[in-house]
Parts: sequence; structure tokens; C-alpha cells
Amino acid sequence: MTLFIQQLFNGLALGGVYCLAAIGLTLVFGVLRIPNLAHGALYMLGAYLTYFFLTTIGVPYIAAIGIAAIMLFVVGVGLERLVFHPLRNSPHTHHMIAAVGAMFFFQALAQAIWGADFRRMDTPITGELRILGAEISAQRIVIIVVAVIVLALLAWFIKRSIHGQTIEAIEQDRVGASLVGINPSMVSMLTLGLSALLATIAAGLVAPINLLSPTMGDALNLKVFAIIILGGLGSLPGAIVGGFALAIAETMTATYISSGVGEAVAFIVLVAVLAIKPTGLFTKAVQR
Amino acid sequence: MTLLEIRDLGKRFGGLDAVKDVSLDVEEGRITAVIGPNGAGKSTLFNLIHGYYRPTSGSVTFKGDDITNSSPHHAVADGIARTFQTTHLFDDSTLLENVLAGRIVRSKSTIFDAVFHTPRHRRESRINKDKAMEALEFCEIDTHRHDLASNVPQEVQKRTAVAMALATEPELLLLDEPAGGIPEEETTDFGNLIRSLPKRGVSVLLVEHKMSMIMGLADTILVLDHGQKLALGTPAEIQSNPDVIRAYLGSTAEEKK
Amino acid sequence: MNALKNPRLLGMLAVVIVLAAAPIFFAEQNYAMRVVTVGMCAAIAVYGLNIILGFTGQLSLAQGGFFGIGAYGVGLLTTDFDWSFWSAFIVTIIGTAAVGYLCGLIALRTKDEYFAIFTMAIGFIIFLVISRWESVTHAHSGVNNVKFPEGGGIIDFESPVAMFYLVFVILLICIYVTHAIRRSSVGRTLLTIRTSEDLADAIGVRVGFSKQLAFAASAVLGGIGGGLYATVVGFIGPDSASIDKTFEFLMFILVGGMGTVAGPLLGSMIVTFLFELFQDFQAYRFIVLGPIIVALVIFAPRGIIGYLGGIVDRRSRKQKIAEARRTADGASPEYDTAKSGTVTSGIDPEETK
Repeated sequence: MTLFIQQLFNGLALGGVYCLAAIGLTLVFGVLRIPNLAHGALYMLGAYLTYFFLTTIGVPYIAAIGIAAIMLFVVGVGLERLVFHPLRNSPHTHHMIAAVGAMFFFQALAQAIWGADFRRMDTPITGELRILGAEISAQRIVIIVVAVIVLALLAWFIKRSIHGQTIEAIEQDRVGASLVGINPSMVSMLTLGLSALLATIAAGLVAPINLLSPTMGDALNLKVFAIIILGGLGSLPGAIVGGFALAIAETMTATYISSGVGEAVAFIVLVAVLAIKPTGLFTKAVQR
Repeated sequence: MTLLEIRDLGKRFGGLDAVKDVSLDVEEGRITAVIGPNGAGKSTLFNLIHGYYRPTSGSVTFKGDDITNSSPHHAVADGIARTFQTTHLFDDSTLLENVLAGRIVRSKSTIFDAVFHTPRHRRESRINKDKAMEALEFCEIDTHRHDLASNVPQEVQKRTAVAMALATEPELLLLDEPAGGIPEEETTDFGNLIRSLPKRGVSVLLVEHKMSMIMGLADTILVLDHGQKLALGTPAEIQSNPDVIRAYLGSTAEEKK
Repeated sequence: MNALKNPRLLGMLAVVIVLAAAPIFFAEQNYAMRVVTVGMCAAIAVYGLNIILGFTGQLSLAQGGFFGIGAYGVGLLTTDFDWSFWSAFIVTIIGTAAVGYLCGLIALRTKDEYFAIFTMAIGFIIFLVISRWESVTHAHSGVNNVKFPEGGGIIDFESPVAMFYLVFVILLICIYVTHAIRRSSVGRTLLTIRTSEDLADAIGVRVGFSKQLAFAASAVLGGIGGGLYATVVGFIGPDSASIDKTFEFLMFILVGGMGTVAGPLLGSMIVTFLFELFQDFQAYRFIVLGPIIVALVIFAPRGIIGYLGGIVDRRSRKQKIAEARRTADGASPEYDTAKSGTVTSGIDPEETK
């Protein structure tokens, strides 16, 4: 039972990270109608920048994440301007190829600056909490708390603020939104920036638990795509439910079956969903 | 002889009946038309016949075979071709290439025939090209055969869509608003093309908005309203049917004039 | 046969002749020979990518994975199992065909972004299996001393020149098959799917089945390329299955031209040469190459052959249009027919005569 509680919290912490990363990706899909294959690379870059500010510069942990997130927001905006915007009328294969190009650029950049070796980011948050007999590291509690706060802020932002509402409007109806005076290209920039920002928060939170490497985004990329396909491309609640579901499934199979199976869960989910319903679960059937 | 038999066909989209209890016989060698206001379920009916949608009730029979649940490529192989409301063409290809695409379904040669350049491959290539040219000539657009589809006027594009459908050697052709987007004065020519199809052994089922065109063209007319049958009969019967006049003809006839 | 009047064929012949003559100049430089030979192995895999991406219009991110299966199939069978190269090669090809066909069972149900994501997952899983399954694949230690193909008589494949011509001949076969597919109804089927799956459906094309076959075919070519790569290089590591490989292939095909017959070959040769220039910065080359690929997709998505082919097509179309008009007795429409700058789908119906 103690093990189960322990793993449940591990799963929730991981789920928080997945949610933050997946929500940005699903928002980008909803607004720009493109799967941003470079999303994992943005996550990786966010982790390294957090590492840089925390370890090299020496700013406090939360501030390091904040600065990195703001920088990644700018990177996201730049990515939209320089890569996706010029390709908005191209065949769908083109922007995916371009995204892969961007992904390799970011990876090579990180490798050039920080090297190909794994790096460890020591957590400034130490100590453990006892919950129902299980020892939960404070870092994981922080992840869960921060993830919930950020998700709540995001929900508030989308429902209440003008920018958030325009994102929602475009997600629902791009043509209609431009008719009522919303500038879709502004919203596209904002969305990509936001997705990079959220990915950075996720990366900064999880970095002390995991190791950093230029290819750390590859596995995450696959997982967040599995999540948003499971939850329905473009669906926010879908990304949240999918994120926690995948994370808990992963930790539980890793604990009770084997770590190899745990790693394969995302892939199994992805293949199963595509095999059963090729356009993902929870997506509305589009009328021809 | 009845070519296509539709019995009590229905399709629900999340609680709404797009098509409900529609029955219709399409006779061989005839032109049958489906009319109705926007959203009456005409295109849905086409999609049901051609296998894009699975009906929620009813059946479709073609030449005595039940094709209710068959897929579009089976429908085409069986001899039912279609065109779309918004003209779908391969824009970056020439008209001849477009029409040749219609020959795919009748091509038997495999990749091995192509690689080894077998006699079957050569014979089939020749036949395909002859048939495609014949379809282009029939639609009177053979002089445009080397033009790109995106470069020719709307009317030629519409004719190309028909030629592409004819290249699949159909017995029944479903035309979804074939004259849509064509200037009024050119619809007569286009009507003549459709009228000549039965002589070629191709029966026609069409959806059309242009009333003047339908009345001089169709042998039988089905009027749909809110997915259901409002009336069925000859053009003369339809024109004098009080329900039809009230629901549809009256209003649009006034708008048109 | 008026092949000499066909600029496409002439161009292709020129490239092939230059390549065939390469050993005359480089025979003494083993390194240069090997670079070109490895480039041709990659080109074979790129011809596979061409079938699924260029013809069918679906982005497959699993090509590097299939290349890896080919490399490891030949590598492991000839070392740990001590098979002869040829039997290992044939079994590997059959194996990649089977894997490709099985993956295709799901891939055929997906399209566009779902297809890309699905194949990304496949590619990643293949890489994970190869880099983690230590007891079989030796993970990061890789596979050493992959056997050379067994020659007969005077042919000794330990000589780089013989190896070069072996890969060259197989590459030529791939090019010819691509050419044959393209002008046949099989190619027309795939191009139809690329343009519009709905329209393809409406004219009776078996969209899903065709996609599955195209995917399996692309996997097979990936496997052939990988298998030859293993024997040419002699040592393989997990990076031969990584997504980096897929990315290289994408770059090759983009430079040469998607959906063309000569594009993959030309692109592979040019970019292989560029890679050599950058080879001192091996790890960092993507800092330059990443932006280049983005720029290519934005500014020159049709690739070298795509643009050349476009010019050739436009010229020949103009002639044919004029001819059609003349025979049609003054039926002269008043709009400009030859103004377009777009490339045709490339199936030249006149060629099939």
C-alpha cells in the first residue's frame, strides 16, 4: 500500500509535467492546425536554460524557471514568425518537415553549448514529506502544486482574458474569428509562445529528477503526441485527462510489471488509439 | 429496368435526421433528378448511395446487388461514378492526366507489369489512353487536353469532372450540382451534354439547383425537404404539385425572376 | 523511341554516367570511394522515402528506423549468426517487408499529421529496441566486422570499387523501378492519393490498401539501403537507426526534389558532399543544416529536379497545346493556357505509348 501511494504521487507529479507539455502542443494544433514536431526540442531547450540560470548564473530555482520560460516564449514566437507563418498555405507535409528541421537545429545548438553528455541539475528543494506512510520527495510535491497552479492560471487566462478568449475563438472557428476582427497571425504567435513557455515550466520542474541531454525531448515528444491523440487533437480537457492517465499508467506498469513496459506504454496507447479510431479518440466527426 | 433501388434510406447525425425514409427508383437510360432547398439532404443522399456514409436505416440496391454497406471504391468498380458539388480536380495535372486517373479502377496491371513492361501493361496503357481521349472528346474538351486543370474556365473544369467520371466506365453517374458556378447562358450546352449521357448507356442521377435546367432535362424528379420525400413525379407533375410550389418552387421561382 | 529528345532522360543518363565513371578517378582513394558508396546506400533508402512522401504525400518519419533494421539485420546475421552476406541480405529484406507491411496495417487508416506522428512513433520504437536490447543488438557497442558480400570468380567485394558497383547496380534497379511506378497506373494511384484522398475514393482508388503497399515498399527500400550500408561500412551502431538518419534522408529528398525520379539520387550526392565539407563539425552540422532545411521547404520546396522538370514540362506542354489547337481547326479560346508555373503531376501520358 505504501508503495502504491508512493507511486501514485510519482504518477501525479509526472502527470503534471505531461499536462503542461501537452496542453501547449494541443493549443498549437487547435489554433495553427499543425502538429509541432519541434515541441520536444523546445522542452529540452527550456530545461537547459533553467539549468543555465540555476547552476551557472545562480539565480533562485523558481526565478530560473521564470526567466527560461520567458526566453522560450520569445523562441516560440520566433519559431512561428520564421518557420510556420511562411508555410501557412503549404501542403501539410512541408510544415512538418520544417518543424523537424527546427528540432534538429535546437538539439545541435544545445549540444554545441552544453555538450552531448548527460547533465544533472541538483534540486534546491530537498527533504521529504510523509503522506499516508509513504515518503514523497518535496520536489514532487512542488511539481504537483505548481502544475495545478499553472493549469488554473491557464484556464483563467483562456476564459477571462482577451488574449485567451481570442485563442479559444480561433480554435473553434478560424474564418469566423477573422471576420469579427481577430488577427489570426497575432494569435498564432501568442499560442506558440505560450506553448513553449508551458513546456519550459514542465521541463524546469522535472529537470531535477531527470537527467538533461540534447535528445531528452525525443521521448517526451512521442509521449505528448500520444497524450493529445488520446485526448483529441486540440482539446484542452483531453490533454489534462490524457496527461495524468498516461503518467499514472506509466508509473504503475513500471512498478508492477517492468520498467521496459512502462516505457512502452505511451507507444502502445498511441498505436491502440490510432488502430481503433484513426483520428484519435474524443474528436468530433467532421461532416464532409 | 430499375438500375438503382433506394428503399427507406435514412441517416442520423447525432439525433438529427439528415435523410429519412427516402425511397427512389432510378431507371436505366433515364435522367433522374433530386431537388430541394439547401440542407434538404441531397448531398447526404449521394454520399449514402456512394458509400461515403453508412446509412442508419434502409437499403440501396444496384443491378439487384445490395450495396448498402459497400465502400466508394467498390461502388465505382460496380459501375457508379460521381462528381462533386465543388469541382474536385487534380489542379497541377493536365486534363488528360485527370481523366486518366479515372482509368485506375479499370486497370489490372500491377507494379510488376510496369517494372517488366509486360504486354499487358502496354496494352492497358494504350486502352487507357484511348478511353480517356474518348471521354474528353465526348465532353468536347479534347482540345484542352494538355492544359492544366487550374488554368481552364469553370465550365471546362466541370466537363473534366464528368469526363473523369465517365472514364471509370459507369452505368450510373451521380452528378452533384453539375451546372453550379456555370454562367446561366452556358447551362444549355451543359444540359445537352447530360442529355446525351443515356444514349451512351449511362443513366444519370443528379442534384441541381437550376430549376430551368432540371425541368427540361429530367425524366423523373424527387423533391426532398428536410431530408424527407415531398414529391416524386415527372417534371409536369412536380410543377403542378401544390406542396412543392408552396415549399420550394414558389419562393425560388420568384427569387430567380 | 525518341529518348534523345527527352531532356528528363538525358539528364538522368548524364548523372548516371558521371557516377558510373567515378571509380576511374577515385579508385585509388578508398576514402572518397567509400563516401560515395555510402551516399548511394542512403540514396536507395531515399528512393523508398520518395514512394511514400513524394508520390503518396504522406510524411514517414520511420525511414531511419527501417534503414536501421536493414543494417542490423545484415550486421547481426553475418556476425553473431555467421550467415553468408547474401542469405542475410535476402532474409533482412523479407524481414523489413514484413515489418513495413504490419505497420502499414495501422498506417493505412491514418493520414496527414496522424500518419506522421504514427511513423515517428514507429521510428522511435525501432531506435529504442536497437539501442536498448543489449543482449541481442549489443546496444552502444554496436556490431563489428560485418561480412563483405561473397563474390564469385574475379569479383572480390573487399575491393572498394567492386563494392561501389554492387551498390550502384542495386541503386539503378531502384531508380528504374521508381520510373516504372511513376508512369504506370500504380504511380497514378499514389499521386491521386497525394492530391486528394476524397477524390481518389470517388474514382474508385483503394486508398488504404495503396497506402499500405506504398509504406511497405518504402520500408523495403529502407531495409535494402541499410543492409548495404552495413556491409560497406563494416561497423554499425545505434545511430544508424536514429531519427537523425530520417532527417538526413528528408534533406536529400528535399534538395533533389520530392516525387521525381532523379531527385533522390542527385540530392543524396549533393548533400553527402556537403556533409563531407561539414564533417569537422559532425555534431554541430545541424546548426547550419536545420535552418537550411527550413529555408528549402519555405523557398524551394520542389527541389532541383522539381524545378528543372517544371521547366521541361511547361515547354513540352506548350508545344502539345499548340499542336492540339492546330488539329482542332481554329477552336481557339481566348485565355492564356500556357502561363502556369506549376509543375504537373509528372505522369506523362504520351510516354506510355
